[in-house]
Amino acid sequence: MALEPVPSVTGRAVFIPGADIDTDRIIPARFMKCVTFDGLGEFAFYDVRFDEHGVKTEHPLNDPRFAKASILVAGVNFGCGSSREHAPQSLRKYGFNGVIAESFAEIFYGNSTTLAMPCVMASPADVVAIRHAVEADPETEVTIDVQVLRVRTSGGLDIPVTMPDSAREALLSGRWDPIQELLDNDSAIYAKAVELQYV
Amino acid sequence: MGKSLFQKVWDAHTVGTIADGRTQLFIGTHLIHEVTSPQAFGMLRDLGLGVKFPQRTFATIDHIVPTINQDQPADPLAAEMIDAIRKNCDDFGVTYFDLASGKQGIVHVVGPEQGITQPGTTIACGDSHTATHGAFGAIAFGIGTSQVRDVLATQTIALQEMKVRRIEVNGDLAPGVYAKDVILHIIRLLGANGGIGYAYEYAGDVFDRMSMEERMTVCNMSIEGGARCGYVNPDAKTVAYLNGRPYVDMTDFSATAARWLSFASDADAVFDDIVKINATDIEPTVTWGISPDHGIFISENIPDPATASTPLEKASIEEALAYMKLDPGTPIKGVKIDVAFIGSCTNGRLSDFREVAKFIQGHKVAPGVQALVVPGSQIVAIQCEQEGLPEIFRAAGFEWRGAGCSMCLAMNPDKLIGDQLCASSSNRNFKGRQGSSTGRTILMSPVMVAAAAIRGSVADAREVFNLQTPAAVA
Repeated sequence: MALEPVPSVTGRAVFIPGADIDTDRIIPARFMKCVTFDGLGEFAFYDVRFDEHGVKTEHPLNDPRFAKASILVAGVNFGCGSSREHAPQSLRKYGFNGVIAESFAEIFYGNSTTLAMPCVMASPADVVAIRHAVEADPETEVTIDVQVLRVRTSGGLDIPVTMPDSAREALLSGRWDPIQELLDNDSAIYAKAVELQYV
Repeated sequence: MGKSLFQKVWDAHTVGTIADGRTQLFIGTHLIHEVTSPQAFGMLRDLGLGVKFPQRTFATIDHIVPTINQDQPADPLAAEMIDAIRKNCDDFGVTYFDLASGKQGIVHVVGPEQGITQPGTTIACGDSHTATHGAFGAIAFGIGTSQVRDVLATQTIALQEMKVRRIEVNGDLAPGVYAKDVILHIIRLLGANGGIGYAYEYAGDVFDRMSMEERMTVCNMSIEGGARCGYVNPDAKTVAYLNGRPYVDMTDFSATAARWLSFASDADAVFDDIVKINATDIEPTVTWGISPDHGIFISENIPDPATASTPLEKASIEEALAYMKLDPGTPIKGVKIDVAFIGSCTNGRLSDFREVAKFIQGHKVAPGVQALVVPGSQIVAIQCEQEGLPEIFRAAGFEWRGAGCSMCLAMNPDKLIGDQLCASSSNRNFKGRQGSSTGRTILMSPVMVAAAAIRGSVADAREVFNLQTPAAVA
C-alpha cells in the first residue's frame, strides 16, 4: 500500500492562543455521536468559535483574514486529553494540513501522523515569531519542511523545528499509515502470540 | 542491571521494528467501546480485512448509555451507535458485554472486574483512560481509531518506546486524603504536560498500602499528567484481587501468580527519572481552573494572575478564571456549586461508594443542588445494592443512577446546563467537558464531592464529616 510521501506542507497559517488545548476543545464530545468521521470538519473548535447562543465569537478561526489558513500554530501540550482520533480528523476535514506547536500530547501526535498531517515542535520564541509574522500579514505563506526540519515563511523567517525520527521517516517514505507493514509481519505476530501463550 | 516492569513487558511483547523505527508491539488485550470503534470496523470492511484474534478483544458500551432507562436511549444517534457495536461484535466474533448481560459498564471498570486485566500484559483501548489497567502491572494505554483498526487486523500497533519515570510517594496520608488527592497533587507538581514521552511507575509505601481500586484511581489519571500509561508493580493484593475472576485461568493459579509477580520492576532497575513526594504534604486537593494541573489544597486561595511568574502563566490564569468565573486570591472553599457528580472510570467503584456512604448518613444534599451517583458498572451497582448503599444515598438526597460514563463527558443525557458549576469525582475539568460550552468543573475526591453537595459549596470534607487527624503520640 504505497502512500504519498509528505516532504513538506505549505499554506497560510493561523495562531490559536492558549496552553493545553485539549481534544474536547478541538471536537466537543457531543459531535462524536456518529459511526463515521464524515462531516466532523464543520465542528472543529465549535464551542470556542460559537457562544452558547450560536453567535460567532472573536476566535481566530472566525477571523476572515485567516479563512484560508491550512497550518495551525499553537502553544504547549496541544491535543492533550482524550485519545479521540475525531480531533485530528476534524482538523484535517476543516482544511488543516500541518500543525506547529511548542509541544504535543502523544496520542494526538500519533493520530495526526497516521493521517499524514505533520506536527512539528518549535521553541516558544519561534512560535511567537511565526504568530507575529502571520498576524502582521495573514497572506504569509508558511512551509513546514519535513525533510530538513525547518519552518520557513514567505516573509523570510527560517526556523529550526523538531519531530521524532520515526514520524519524519514515516512521512518522507510514505509509510505514515503503518497498517500494511503490520500485516506483512503476519508470521512473526503468530509466533509472538504462541510464545506469550496468548493463543 | 535490572529491568523495570515497563521494559520487561515491552520487550516480551515486541514483534519487531517497522521501517520508520517504531516497535511493532503485540497487544495482549484489546478493549473497545461504542464511540471510537465503529469507524475502525468500517476501515476493516473497506480494506477487506478480518479480526485476527477475536478472542483478544472485549467490548462494552459506556459513553452514550443513559443512566435512566439504560436500554432506551431517546437519542437516535446513541441508538445507532449501540446497534453498530452489537453488529460489529456479531459479525467479527468479539465478546460483547451488552446491557442485558448484567456485566455492562465503563470499559475500565469492566476489564478488571472480569479478570480480563492481568499483570505483565499490554492493554490497548481507544480511550485515553486505559492507563487505569496499569494498576495491575499491565502496560495499558489509549490509542486512536486507526490504531483500533490496527489491533483488530493484526493484534499489534506501531509505537515509540517510552521513557520511565518512577514517582515515589512515601509516608502516611492524613484522614480525608485519598488516592484522588495523591494523583491530583502529582499532576499539580509535574504539570499536565510533564509526562509526555514517559510511562509513570507509581511506587512507595503509599501505593503499597492502597487497595487495587485506589491504585486504579491513580493510574487512571496518568494521562492528565501527560503520561500515556502509568502502573503499579503487581503484588499479593493484585493476585488476591484477580483470584477466581471469570477470565482468570485457575488451572494452575500459583504458577500464574508467580509469573505475574515476576514482571515487577527489579530492585536494581534503572529509571529515566525519579520523583519523590512526601505523603504528609498532601491535603484534600481540588481544581480551580480548566486543566487538571490547576490544583490547589482546599485550604488554599485561588491563584492571582498578579503574582504569576511569567506573562504566559498570567495569561493562562486569567483565561481559566474568566471561564470559571472565580475571583483571584479568594478561598476556593465556599464557592457555590450547582451539581455534584460521583462516578466515572476514576472514582466509580464499590469502594468509592462505600467510603462516601460511611459519612453521609444523617446529612442532606443542600437545596438547589442536583447530586448524581453513577456506578461504574452493572456489577458495581449490584454490589452496592447488596450492601444497601443506594438507600443511604437516596436518603441523603442523591439520585442513584444506572451504570455508565455519564456526566464525566456528557455524551448521554446527563449534562450541565449553562454555566452550572459541578463538584465532580471525574478526571477532566476542560472547558465544556461536562456537556455545556460554559459549564464549569471542579475535580475532587468522592468524599469531597459529597461534602460539597451537603454544604452547597466547595467544602473541606474533614470539617463537614469531622475527620480528625489522630493526635500525635506523646
